[in-house]
Amino acid sequence: MNTLTRELNSVAEPADQTQLHEEDHHHHQAPKGIWRWLLTTNHKDIGTLYLWFSFIMFLTGGTMAMVIRAELFQPGLQLVEPNFFNQMTTVHGLVMVFGAVMPAFTGLANWLIPMMIGAPDMALPRMNNWSFWILPFAFTILLSSLFMEGGGPNFGWTFYAPLSTSFSPDSTALFVFSIHIMGISSIMGAINVIVTIVNLRAPGMNWMKLPLFVWTWLITAFLLIAVMPVLAGAVTMVLTDKYFGTSFFEAAGGGDPVMFQHIFWFFGHPEVYIMILPSFGIISAIVPTFSRKKLFGYSSMVYATASIAILSFLVWAHHMFTTGMPVFAELFFMYCTMLIAVPTGVKIFNWVTTMWRGSISFETPMLFAVAFIILFTIGGFSGLMLAITPADFQYHDTYFVVAHFHYVLVTGAIFSIMAAAYYWLPKWTGHMYDERLGRIHFWCSVISVNVLFFPMHFLGLAGMPRRIPDYAIQFADVNQIVSIGGFAFGLSQLIFLAVVLKCIRGGEKAPAKPWEGADGLEWTLPSPAPYHSFSTPPEIK
Amino acid sequence: MKQWLYCALVLVFAPHLAAAEMPLNMTQGVTEISGKVYDLHMTILYICCAIGVVVFGVMIYAMINHRKSKGAVAANFHESTKVEIAWTVLPFIILILMAIPATKTLVAMEDTHDAELTVKITGSQWKWHYSYFDQDIDFYSNLATPMSQIEGEETKGENYLLEVDKPLVLPTHRKIRFLMTSDDVIHSWWLPAFAIKKDANPGFINETWARIDQEGIYRGQCAELCGKGHGFMPIVVQAVSAAEFDTWVSSQQAAAGAAAVEAEAALSQSLSLEALMAQGEQVYMSHCAACHQPNGMGLPGIFPPLKGSAVATGPIADHLEAVINGRPGTAMQAFGKQLTAQELAAVVTFERNAWDNNTGDTVQAADVDNHGK
Repeated sequence: MNTLTRELNSVAEPADQTQLHEEDHHHHQAPKGIWRWLLTTNHKDIGTLYLWFSFIMFLTGGTMAMVIRAELFQPGLQLVEPNFFNQMTTVHGLVMVFGAVMPAFTGLANWLIPMMIGAPDMALPRMNNWSFWILPFAFTILLSSLFMEGGGPNFGWTFYAPLSTSFSPDSTALFVFSIHIMGISSIMGAINVIVTIVNLRAPGMNWMKLPLFVWTWLITAFLLIAVMPVLAGAVTMVLTDKYFGTSFFEAAGGGDPVMFQHIFWFFGHPEVYIMILPSFGIISAIVPTFSRKKLFGYSSMVYATASIAILSFLVWAHHMFTTGMPVFAELFFMYCTMLIAVPTGVKIFNWVTTMWRGSISFETPMLFAVAFIILFTIGGFSGLMLAITPADFQYHDTYFVVAHFHYVLVTGAIFSIMAAAYYWLPKWTGHMYDERLGRIHFWCSVISVNVLFFPMHFLGLAGMPRRIPDYAIQFADVNQIVSIGGFAFGLSQLIFLAVVLKCIRGGEKAPAKPWEGADGLEWTLPSPAPYHSFSTPPEIK
Repeated sequence: MKQWLYCALVLVFAPHLAAAEMPLNMTQGVTEISGKVYDLHMTILYICCAIGVVVFGVMIYAMINHRKSKGAVAANFHESTKVEIAWTVLPFIILILMAIPATKTLVAMEDTHDAELTVKITGSQWKWHYSYFDQDIDFYSNLATPMSQIEGEETKGENYLLEVDKPLVLPTHRKIRFLMTSDDVIHSWWLPAFAIKKDANPGFINETWARIDQEGIYRGQCAELCGKGHGFMPIVVQAVSAAEFDTWVSSQQAAAGAAAVEAEAALSQSLSLEALMAQGEQVYMSHCAACHQPNGMGLPGIFPPLKGSAVATGPIADHLEAVINGRPGTAMQAFGKQLTAQELAAVVTFERNAWDNNTGDTVQAADVDNHGK
């Protein structure tokens, strides 16, 4: 293992082979300015790039959400016409899923996995560079299509055929290519994570000693490799149906539009877990730290994560109960979906039990983690309700669903990413962040996000369909409240930007282990962490 | 802490909500099935709330009492096989209890046997087409809310966006089977009062059913994103007694007969350009303007313009072909089955003369008929 580590280290920086042991020296030879970032093969630099890219995409997608909420502020068509509204909902979804959440997790994986397993860097540093740098191109292509004649994708982020084939705008090819590039990037990122975890663990770091963030990311990476090619297949069939006369999804040519949905959701459901499993890892690191108590059930957490990943392949059609499936299929998917509540419950119970009789303090990472547990659980409850097929016929494609998936993705995935950022910022920058500003950010976010998403449950139950640019007048008041929550939540994120910038530029010097109850190899490194994490593998007790 | 927040939210919202008369919960509907669905919804909601109270209760207790600032010292317990088995098995049992009524209701919902009436529902961008089997009745149901209300030039009516020119009339206390399909993209026919939401897939037929217990007017909407007019294709059902329904059926059949006679008469008529233009403009605004726009400019890159276009200023036969039979594989529908020969003649005349197209052509109902309408 030792030799392999060293070998990989030398592969990473071949030019510096002779100076392998003179770290300081070769630092000075690293390119400066833009070239440092373009050519970097360093896991921390690439992690930073991923995280900033993700934040820029978060603001971009957020701006689109603001357009949506502004149009829905009152009934009638005021600001945008329906076709542009549809482009906003579509691109908002795509940007948030593929641009904000997924790259944020890859960024965290890059920064943290080598430090957590006692490795010097990621196993495949050049591929690491490549997998990041194709992303800006993918999103430039996607976003530029909005400015083309006919506009960008307007068929929802789920791009159901034939709306996305025969009836889609001319720019659909750009959408397809950008999805392909995002998929390639994700697959490369996943390969890198798996190879790193399997090969670069420090001696003695056996499987059941891996930090949960590493475990959850390992499982996530397998999910990514399993389903991103399925998405690539789906978009390719859309491409050929639209431009080359095939009929995969065209009934007139012997195809089936519902088959598209089966293929899409076979990707889409595991994708949902791709966006939440690493969160579970983050929360499992933060809750024990600030409870100053060991995680209640480490191994049951690992098994629960694996169970969720396996079940995620057996539930895809719960997104499609209204498409007209045989009763047998509806029952099968209903039962499997309900089953997911079991391992998810195990996780929630574990976190709560970890807090029980701990010695809890509420620094910003813990505040976000606690909000995560409560609000993600609320998203889980509405998920369980949605699993009940007969009731799903009423909930499906309404604001109830919009509320559900924003609870699991915004107060779930995004809150966990915020928690992670606050938790590890001292390690990344060497400075403590401004705790007071962090708390202000938390309280502004947690209040506004609930004003934004909680009333959506009522809108859905009262009968408001999703993805509509205008609505019946009885929905007016609640939509107004939701929009106000939306604007407030959007603005609150600028506080986060301020906290991060302030923390990078200075602040109280962070010790190697700024959190009293923290546990893990990353806290044995000085803050800020050295450019190469562990040049010699640490000893694992 | 969060739960107080919710209480506060509900208190803040409640007066507004009452004023808007928006129900805060799912409708119980007017069929036996919709009542069962409502019961399932409430059961699972209560179960979730109970679990939430326990889990969040424990958590909040720990957050209040086990804080470092209160001098709490961390205990050192972890892993307990008994506890872990308990919190795996217990949810499992709750889920099984929940699955039983859900399964029963689902099986009942999918049993479309022995229907007394069958209605085929076809979605097309952006209207619903209803045809009653064995009754020879079929019609399109379009949004009735005027553009001026949508654009805010006029006060919005009580049923803004939930009103149609011709509702679906159905009898109460009869088992009605619905067959859903689509002419273009996927739509979804959703009527909350019947707990029916079923996708209308192009090229395939889905079925579902309802037995309505109460007379009344029930409103719903398309629930599957189907393009730019997705928010503008409402569903209105008027449920009437069986006797009233039978009367309605015969009146519709009589009206259809009269319309056929009128259409026959129209074939031998020759209308002036002005008369055709006037009628054509009306037809254009209700059927064509959503895509080609009131000014005939279309939406570049999505819907082609008609102003100065090759179709609207070229040979009449090509123009008629496009309007009557549509353009397969595009959003251009076949209007031959939606409009009468007279309406088609008028709208084609309108398109050939409006917006400075000024071809001077007039198209008569007979021309449309000759084209093979």
